[in-house]
Amino acid sequence: MYVAVKGGERAIENAHAWLAEERRGDSNIAELSVAQIREQMKLAVDRVMAEGSLYDPDLAALAIKQSRGDLIEAIFLIRAYRTTLPRFGTSKPIDTGAMACDRRISATFKDLPGGQVLGPTFDYTHRLLDFKLAADGEVPEAASRPPMSGEVPHVTEFLNREGLIEEAQPEDTPPPDLTREPLEMPANRALRLQALTRSDEGFTLGLAYSTQRGYARNHAFVGELRIGTVSVEMDIPELGFSVEIGEVTVTECETVNQFKGSKTEPPQFTRGYGLVFGQSERKAISMALVDRALRWEELGEDNVGAPAQDTEFVLYHADNIQATGFLEHIKLPHYVDFQSELELVRKLRREAGVSQMQEAAE
Amino acid sequence: MSEYNFAYLDEQTKRMIRRAILKGLAIPGYQVPFASREMPMPYGWGTGGVQVSAAILTPDDRFKVIDQGADDTTNAVSIRSFFERTANVATTTATEDASVIQTRHRIPEDTLTEDQVLVYQVPIPEPLRFLEPRESETRKMHSLEEYGLMHVKLYEDISRHGHIATSYAYPVKVEGRYVMDPSPIPKFDNPKLDDMAAIQLFGAGREQRIYALPPYTQVVSLDFDDHPFEASKADQICGLCGAADSYLDEVIVDDAGGRMFCCSDTDYCSRRRAAGHQGPAFPGSEVAA
Repeated sequence: MYVAVKGGERAIENAHAWLAEERRGDSNIAELSVAQIREQMKLAVDRVMAEGSLYDPDLAALAIKQSRGDLIEAIFLIRAYRTTLPRFGTSKPIDTGAMACDRRISATFKDLPGGQVLGPTFDYTHRLLDFKLAADGEVPEAASRPPMSGEVPHVTEFLNREGLIEEAQPEDTPPPDLTREPLEMPANRALRLQALTRSDEGFTLGLAYSTQRGYARNHAFVGELRIGTVSVEMDIPELGFSVEIGEVTVTECETVNQFKGSKTEPPQFTRGYGLVFGQSERKAISMALVDRALRWEELGEDNVGAPAQDTEFVLYHADNIQATGFLEHIKLPHYVDFQSELELVRKLRREAGVSQMQEAAE
Repeated sequence: MSEYNFAYLDEQTKRMIRRAILKGLAIPGYQVPFASREMPMPYGWGTGGVQVSAAILTPDDRFKVIDQGADDTTNAVSIRSFFERTANVATTTATEDASVIQTRHRIPEDTLTEDQVLVYQVPIPEPLRFLEPRESETRKMHSLEEYGLMHVKLYEDISRHGHIATSYAYPVKVEGRYVMDPSPIPKFDNPKLDDMAAIQLFGAGREQRIYALPPYTQVVSLDFDDHPFEASKADQICGLCGAADSYLDEVIVDDAGGRMFCCSDTDYCSRRRAAGHQGPAFPGSEVAA
C-alpha cells in the first residue's frame, strides 16, 4: 500500500519504453526520416534552430523526430546538447547587406534599389486545404532567374541619408553572452536582442501584438524584411586573416517607427530590429516591435507601464525552456508542502469555527 | 557514458560553479548569481541542485537523492540514475552512509555530520519574490537590509488568521544579516538548518542563483516575540514505524477517505522498522483511524 504511491525505477523504464513505441506510431506506416523532416518541415526546423540557438538543420530535424513534433521539447533537446559543445571562438558579425536574398520586401517604398522580391511566402496564398497534397505532393518546377548579385542596400540607409531616421551607433564593446553569464539587470540592447532572438515565438508575438493594440504603441512600418543566406567568417589567429567557415539562412527585419522627438532630439524615425535564424518572419517582425518598445528609456519616451516596455518582465519570461520547465514541474510530487498546507488550513478552519460558534452564542 | 565529462559538466563550468559556491559560503545567505547551464532535464526539476552536485562530486563520494524525503520518488530516481550514468558514483539510500545528499523539499530526520554536504534544489531563491516581483528591487532591498516588507507580511498574516500563514519555505535570517529562502521545506525542518554540522548548498538553476550555509551557521526563523516560530507537523505518529518525532505524509488508503500517516523520510522509517519498531498500520495490526 505504501509502495503503491511512490514511483519506482521500473515504472520510469516502462514509461520510457511506451513513449518510444508511441513516438514510432503504427509500424505499418513508413518511418519518417530525419532528411524528410529537414526538407519538408523546414519552418519547424528553423524555429527549433532559432530558439535552440544552434544552427544545425540535421540535429534540429532529429530533435523534432525524437520529440514527436513537440517543438518546445525539440528546442529543449537542442539547448541541452548545445551547452555541452566546446567553444572554438567567435565569428565576425555577419553582413546582412551582402545577403543572397530569397525574399526582400519593403512596406515603406513602392520600389527601391535591389527591388521587391516576394520569394517563397505564404502571404498571398488562399488558406484553402489542398486535398491534392493528401494524395500526391509532387509539384511542377517553379520559374527561376539568376540570383541578385552584389550588395543589396538596406532601406533604412536611404532614410538615414536625409537624417530622417536615427543613426544606428556603432558599438565596439563586446556583447555580453547570455549563455555564459547570468542575466542581470539593467540589460543593454545587445543583451536584449540576444534574449529576444531565442525567445519563444508565441510569447514574443503576443507582446508585439500588444504594442500594436496600444500598450506602448510605437507604430511600426516594416522598413524592410529580408530572408537569405549570409556567409559566416572567423578570424584564424594562426593564419592572420579571416576565412569563411559556412553560411546560414537568417531573417532580418528592420522597422521604421514614429518618434515625436524629445528635448534633445528633433522628430525623426526610430528603429526596431529583429534577426532570427532560418526563415521566420513572424518572429523577426515580433522581435523588432518588442525591441523598439524596450528602447523607451534611451529615446526619452514615457513609461506607460506596458508589459512590452518592461525589460525585466520581458527578458525573465521570454525563454520557453525556462518557462515550460517551471510550469511543468508542478507535476512533481509536492506531498510535503501540501501536507504542511493541509495542517495549516485545518488549524485555521478549526479556529474560525470556534470563533463563529462563540459569536453565534453571544 | 564516456562522451560526457565526469558528472556531465565540463571542468570550466564546474570551476565557475565552485567559485559561486565559495562566494556563497563566504557570505552566508547571500544569493550569488551564476551562469546556470541548460541541463538535460527541465528547469524547475532540480537543475540547480544537479549543477551544484555535479560541481562538488568526486569519484570517492557516496551520493543520496531524496525528493519529499523519499529515495524512490520518480524525480529522485531520475537524478540518482543521471549521476550513476555520468559520474559512475556510488549511491546509497542510507542517510548516514552518504557524503553528498541532494534533496528536494526535506531535510533528513537524522542529524547530519561534518563529513556530509546537503544540496537543496531551489525553485524560487528570492524570499521577497512574492512581495516584490522585480529582481532589481529585491537585490536592492537585500543590500540595504530592508526587510520591513517581510515583517509587515508576517504581521498581516497574524492579524488576519491569528497565525503566520506560511507553512513551508518559511523565511529565515542568516547570521543576523540576510533573509533567506530555505527552499520549500516544511517549517518543521527549519530548526535543523540552524547550527548544522554539514555544509548546506542551495542551487536554483532557472533563476541562476547559488547560496550557502557553512557549518554551524546561525539560522533563525523569522517571528515576533508574542508569536514565536513554531515547527509543526501532523499531530499523529507514523503508521508504519510508530515514530512520533518525524515529519509525516498523509496517505489516503480507501474510498471512504480513510487516512494514515507515515514518515516522509523513507530511510528513517525503514531503519526504525528494521530495528523492530512498529506503527499501528504495520501489517498485522489495525489501521489507525
